[in-house]
Amino acid sequence: MFWDQESETLARPTLEQLQLQRLQATVLRVAQRVPFYQRKFAELGIDPEKVRSLADVRRLPFTTGADLRAIYPDGLLAVDREEPVRLHTSSGTTGKPKAIFFSRKDVDNAAELIARSLVMTGITRKDVLQNMMSYGLFTGGLVMHYGAEKVGCLVIPAGAGTSERQLMLMQDFRTTAVHILPSYALYFASFLEQKGLDPRKDIALRRAFVGAEPHTEETRRRIEQAFGCDVYNSYGLTEMNGPGVAFECEYKAGLHLWEDNYILEIINPATGEPLPEGQTGELVLTTLNREAMPLLRYRTRDITSIIPEPCKCGRTHRRLNRITGRSDDMLIVRGVNIFPQQIERVLMSFPQVGRNYVIILEGLDDMTIKVELAAAGFDGQVEHLAALQHQMVDKLKAETWVTPKVDLLPAGSLPVAEGKAKRVIDKRSL
Amino acid sequence: MSAVNLVAVFVENRPGQTARVTKLLAEAGVNIRWVTIANSGSFGVMKFLVDQQDTAVSALKAKGLMVSLLEVLAMEVPDKPGSLQAVADMLGGNNINLDNCSGFVADRRAILVIEVHQTAQARGVLEKQGLHLLSQEEMLRL
Repeated sequence: MFWDQESETLARPTLEQLQLQRLQATVLRVAQRVPFYQRKFAELGIDPEKVRSLADVRRLPFTTGADLRAIYPDGLLAVDREEPVRLHTSSGTTGKPKAIFFSRKDVDNAAELIARSLVMTGITRKDVLQNMMSYGLFTGGLVMHYGAEKVGCLVIPAGAGTSERQLMLMQDFRTTAVHILPSYALYFASFLEQKGLDPRKDIALRRAFVGAEPHTEETRRRIEQAFGCDVYNSYGLTEMNGPGVAFECEYKAGLHLWEDNYILEIINPATGEPLPEGQTGELVLTTLNREAMPLLRYRTRDITSIIPEPCKCGRTHRRLNRITGRSDDMLIVRGVNIFPQQIERVLMSFPQVGRNYVIILEGLDDMTIKVELAAAGFDGQVEHLAALQHQMVDKLKAETWVTPKVDLLPAGSLPVAEGKAKRVIDKRSL
Repeated sequence: MSAVNLVAVFVENRPGQTARVTKLLAEAGVNIRWVTIANSGSFGVMKFLVDQQDTAVSALKAKGLMVSLLEVLAMEVPDKPGSLQAVADMLGGNNINLDNCSGFVADRRAILVIEVHQTAQARGVLEKQGLHLLSQEEMLRL
């Protein structure tokens, strides 16, 4: 199934020629209109007229999250202040957020990429899509909404409402697809079971699009098993329009990144040097089709690699492997680098483990992992629980080189996040 | 069969949990005839012998508690020195590990409640030595 078969299956040379034309146009525009890039070009001695090949992208300056914060609110606009019709911001943990402006054309184009993404998983205008992501400054609500409307689905803008209301909407309007945070999907399955409902039978869900939180393959499988539906990984970030930057097709084997809209590079995050195709590093994206706020070589901080092989679906846009972590999320515990996803992968490999966990760092450098047990994981025997605890500590130690403390807890005892799950609590007094 | 089933509840190890669980049982009209609570780090396991097992399980599950049934062996032993040792010998001699054990004397009857992994094998060993294993009904009548 294709939304825009021609664009999605462009022969590589044609696609690359299109990328080059769009890159040249983008560089010229920011050189004319954005003082931030004018300054950067001057510093690096770049002539914006002389972008001759795609490889020249490597000579261009990086743009970082810190740049976006420093230039807040509107220093990176490439159009007049009256042009943009929409503002989104990226959740800033501290201080000012990153503000991203959309022109009317940008809004439509972001919807177009979502439409491609949804249709490639099999979504049609007959589907009922319940968007359970927060509406507002967060892109997960509106950007997905416009794209699903474009496909012609009935879109239910449920937002991040209560589970009771989500369930009511799902049953009354026979929701066939949801856009949801993976942590909330797991919680919602427990919520249904708690009410005596079978998430596989008592709702009509066939597809779930999960994103906005890095998650593991094990988590995907658990969501699929819980609801008896297909789960597709969605990748995006506010700085690049939000969801729809890269998405899985029917084969669920990596995320097609829409290369007619973005140039993708994988770099060594420490040196900034490009890495050969297939190697793991930081994803860097350049917008090729953005009017209000083009960004050159944006450092996403997300760690992944390119899958060079063509996909069976026939799309020529290359795939990314599942994001293994956001370099901002990397923990340093006793001098060892650990990504929370490594811990999640170990935890979720135990069938006795339930659906919620939290990693707590405290004291000088102590790591405690609180993890909820699945109903099937409790047989009444304290000895089995103690043995499980030991196995988990051993496996976590083998994976991370740090010996954590593992606390087993009953289902429902850890707090459930309203928005993105908070998996790491750092209380260290270092 | 002479097996006794306990209702085992998995809870967080923090103040108020015993009250929370027993309040639910009381409200459901369930009478507790025997109880042990074991804590291990972050969690605790409460084990109850109750007069209405099904009512107890559904009352607890309805409130989201994690509940499991646990098969244990209960037996009457002579109320005199060496009785527990005799039982321990029988099990140890057959390479059966005693995971948990508790006992009490009521009306001059000495009762042992034990948890082992190989319940069927342990039952055979104990009955062969002439011990009377109590059924659920007998335990409740005590």
